[in-house]
Amino acid sequence: MTALATHTLIELRGSLRNRQLLFLTYAFPLGFYALMGLVMTGINPAFKASMIPAMVIFAIMITTLMGLPDPIVNARDAGIFRSYKIFGVPAANVLFAPALTVNLHIVVVASIITLTAGPLFGAQVPTNAFGFVLVTAVAMFTFSGLGVLIGVVSSSARVGLLWSQLIFLPSMLVSGLMIPYEMLPASAQRLALLFPTTYAMNGYTGLAYGVQPPFNTEMSLVILLAGGLLSIVLAVLMFNWDRSNRTARLHPAFGLLAMAPYVVGMLLV
Amino acid sequence: MNNAMIEVNDFRKTYGDFVAVDGISFQVQRGEIFGLLGPNGAGKTTTLESLEGLRVPDGGTLHVGGIDPTRDARKLRGVIGVQLQASGLPESISPAEAMRFFCAYQKIAPRYDLLDRIGLAEKRNAAYGELSTGQKRRLSLALAVAHNPAVLFLDEPTAGLDVASRAELHSMLREMRSADTTILLATHDMAEAEALSDRVAILLNGQIATIGTPMEITATGSGLTRVSVHTEHGCLKDANGAIPAVQQHLFREEYAVYFSSDVGSTVSAIIALVDAQGDALVDLRVERPSLEDRFLEITNGGTK
Repeated sequence: MTALATHTLIELRGSLRNRQLLFLTYAFPLGFYALMGLVMTGINPAFKASMIPAMVIFAIMITTLMGLPDPIVNARDAGIFRSYKIFGVPAANVLFAPALTVNLHIVVVASIITLTAGPLFGAQVPTNAFGFVLVTAVAMFTFSGLGVLIGVVSSSARVGLLWSQLIFLPSMLVSGLMIPYEMLPASAQRLALLFPTTYAMNGYTGLAYGVQPPFNTEMSLVILLAGGLLSIVLAVLMFNWDRSNRTARLHPAFGLLAMAPYVVGMLLV
Repeated sequence: MNNAMIEVNDFRKTYGDFVAVDGISFQVQRGEIFGLLGPNGAGKTTTLESLEGLRVPDGGTLHVGGIDPTRDARKLRGVIGVQLQASGLPESISPAEAMRFFCAYQKIAPRYDLLDRIGLAEKRNAAYGELSTGQKRRLSLALAVAHNPAVLFLDEPTAGLDVASRAELHSMLREMRSADTTILLATHDMAEAEALSDRVAILLNGQIATIGTPMEITATGSGLTRVSVHTEHGCLKDANGAIPAVQQHLFREEYAVYFSSDVGSTVSAIIALVDAQGDALVDLRVERPSLEDRFLEITNGGTK
């Protein structure tokens, strides 16, 4: 077994003992899913068409944006990464192992949502399973990148939460989770293009449901992939082993570069 | 032949305006236990962390096993073992998992035998957060030595340990020394440094105040030997003037205590006096100045 696999397995076991993380990973997204299934489908039956991708993306956002930064900030401040450095753990593994771990949890939650939303709430099931899995995998990659980047650049858990909320809350409102993108006013549609969720929902529409999406599907995936890749590269470059020993090669403000693909998307759409 | 495993030459480290280490130089030979002593803020931890590759020097050169810690950190990891002052592991990780985790990165089979040896057999699967301070330190040591490093860095290794654990740790360190492991030990515990170290350096305000074997260092102090005598009838209570070479004298808990610059003549005179007074010796102790005495002398007076 490789060191990264051992590392991830131990992270996974640790996460199963972490009640706060389990709440964020399972109880919160599944509770919200049940609530939306019971209430929203009654108020707005059209929601059934996008319920599965919306709830899967919600689970991905909650787990990565809320669940990843906090342990990274806390571990750095507690000197845990410092120990890792001394014992020869590469910086990339320090970030990849927790990201892989939360993604394993996301797969479980996304599977529960995908398999039960149809029978329980009459949600529209994806017509193209491969397209659905592909968009989900790309979204997991992108949001994991953002989660670790926020953890790396944040000087404290509170700052991390603020950055996460800056992406999470607008995404909930304007990115097509609650209200379809096409129904938004033009200014809100522009704003929506700054958030990865918009591209993920657009990707689902075209690839998982075979419906004409608001904008180009392939471009959505490329922008999402570019955003994820850029976030990961920046996170590794800006990684600090501990609070006082600043070895990062870039200033934390460079983290904003991770938004560049979405700004490009804003200009192209 | 130069057999140095640790070479520190004119090493300097500053934090803003504060000079933590001011141009120190020393070498530690293969198989030697070298004690780095000094009060808080003397520069011990900065020196250790720079040698471990955690900090970048502002001046001078450092080499550990021939490796420059700032240039080849990856290679250094295979050569050194580090017991951290604060071991910093996730609260939920168990000792067995921690061993598996770090051994995976060292590409060796997990050394669970070390957990048994340091008395953590029953705590193998307990969460790190539930371990006592002593257990955490012992785990940190087991992790540090799992890959049989050529150079071992220890920062306050016995802080928080009980007597038995401390003795076990000392025996482990002596075994490692016999196997040619070089050990750099930073400690506040003078008795430990004196018992374990082949040589010690006392750091003061970022500089080496003195360096040598514990015997050499204690010998360079004021050199007064303490002679404590208890007699049956207390005949020495008022007899300080009659004892030669005594610099200082006091009477405490039935003991007459003399600080002598010539222990031979002092002891002979005491025995003759007790005999002449018709008294009898109950106890007579001769104690050389300890490393702690010398350390206090240096840190209080700042003298070499």
